[in-house]
Amino acid sequence: MLVLGLFFGVLAATIYVFPDFMKHQLGFVSLRPLHVTSAIFWIILGATGCIYNGLKQHIKEATTYKIAFIQWVLWIVAIIGIVISYFNKDFGGREYWEFNPIWALPIAIAWMLFLVNFYSLVKKIKNWPVYIWMWLTGVLFFLFTFSENYLWIFPYFREHFITDMTIQWKVNGSLVGSWNQILYGTAFFLMDKISNSKNTGANKFAFAMYFLGLFNLMFNWGHHIYTLPTENYIRYIGYIVSMTEWVFFIKIIYDWRASINTIQKNYHYFPYRFIMAADIWVFLNMGQAILMSIPAINIYTHGTHVTVAHAMGTTIGINTMILLAACFEFFNRKEKSNYLNYLFWLLQISLLVFWLSLNGAGIQKGIWQLSSHQESYSKMMESLKPYFIVFAFAGLGLLLTLSSFAFILINTARKKQTQMI
Amino acid sequence: MKFKAKHVFFILSTSFLIYSFSIYIKPLSIEEDSRFNREYASEGRLVWQSYNCQSCHQLYSLGGYLGPDLTNIISNPDKGEKIVRVLVKSGTKQMPAFNLTEQEMNTLIEFLKSTDASGKADLRNFSIDNFGMIEENETK
Repeated sequence: MLVLGLFFGVLAATIYVFPDFMKHQLGFVSLRPLHVTSAIFWIILGATGCIYNGLKQHIKEATTYKIAFIQWVLWIVAIIGIVISYFNKDFGGREYWEFNPIWALPIAIAWMLFLVNFYSLVKKIKNWPVYIWMWLTGVLFFLFTFSENYLWIFPYFREHFITDMTIQWKVNGSLVGSWNQILYGTAFFLMDKISNSKNTGANKFAFAMYFLGLFNLMFNWGHHIYTLPTENYIRYIGYIVSMTEWVFFIKIIYDWRASINTIQKNYHYFPYRFIMAADIWVFLNMGQAILMSIPAINIYTHGTHVTVAHAMGTTIGINTMILLAACFEFFNRKEKSNYLNYLFWLLQISLLVFWLSLNGAGIQKGIWQLSSHQESYSKMMESLKPYFIVFAFAGLGLLLTLSSFAFILINTARKKQTQMI
Repeated sequence: MKFKAKHVFFILSTSFLIYSFSIYIKPLSIEEDSRFNREYASEGRLVWQSYNCQSCHQLYSLGGYLGPDLTNIISNPDKGEKIVRVLVKSGTKQMPAFNLTEQEMNTLIEFLKSTDASGKADLRNFSIDNFGMIEENETK
């Protein structure tokens, strides 16, 4: 799904440079959902895999394979159905979930089975470390918000545009929050394993951070809709709750100062290095997110590529880095390698260029949208072309580096399986 | 720790559910707007989704960024309903032509009338207060 997401992403980015590229074949209308859905499914399925592997190592007991197997079959049915429907331009859903709602059914059933499997395993654990709480939160809230994502099916909601939009963005905010809970939980789990201690996931401060994250998952989504004429209390709750993220931001800086020795000691070790990369991307993206959550700044970034930079910066910089760290840990790839080292740095540089070019385009558009003498939309988009060219090339860099990592890991998994047989 | 964590989780989750339901019941207090047909507009919303207009266009700056924001396209003196009908059928340099049925086109227009009636999306209409919050100016 990662490779597919990147491949469709590069094709979609090409349209920004050559507007009529594939216009009559797939067009942006199909390429964007193909890209977004693949990327989201990579994160969700990766997160699911992290929980299964993490629990296997934590309680040394096998997953209920029958349920897990049905879960995967349902996912595969949904993925095939969704991809075919996108190719046929058969849409019907909302932004990020553009597929016909019928395909949401196998996903929802698969997730319910996952919840059953997950709970049957974790109920055997006494004194849950923070990552089990985070995983539970992610699994539960994904199910709730994914169901909420389809309230628009009922005319009662759909007939009231502003309420409908409010719910749509409440859902989008909380869904991202739910898979972030699973992935940040995985990061805690990995840090416990790497440091060989049980302290990272069990101390009071870790729990305080978890609850602050949960509080934000539930209430900070109002920062997406400051310009929507919805109730003021929703906008203010979003604003005030978002500002509590300064605590995370300060904590990251504090932790860095304290952990320089550990970084030097474990630098060669890839799971750790990916977690550190994720930390740096958390720093950049969270800093950006907090600034964007201040309405006076948000008015410049809202509806611009700064938002895209943030979305892609978090999806690749944070979520994908944690997933790669987890894959390297679970597949036991711990050797030093110059090739992996170059690949790692090429990935980080591509992502940085990608992120900066999107931010550049976004800032320029932000100035345009507030200027009193606006030129036409198409002229403004034309003026952003240099940014889009850089963005498309950096996207190609991401496709090449991340695909290489994906194939290396798939090969490792295959070898591991052969050895087991 | 487990006991305390359970309690905090329960309190937060209950607050979240109350907050969610306070939003779900809002339509009960919304009055009918004579500028558009609510039922047709909700059908038009489905047309908007089934042709994936959101992939390129925005409503209140939310959506794709390849094309312009369409929240107030109906009341835009340079655009309006007629231009929308023509552009959808003929396409542009970047946008393909869409072969909508008459019924689909009418409901889509009704949906765009409903977005137009809901408020102004032009960000130049906002001012910043002392708290850093943005407010829509009274004069539209």
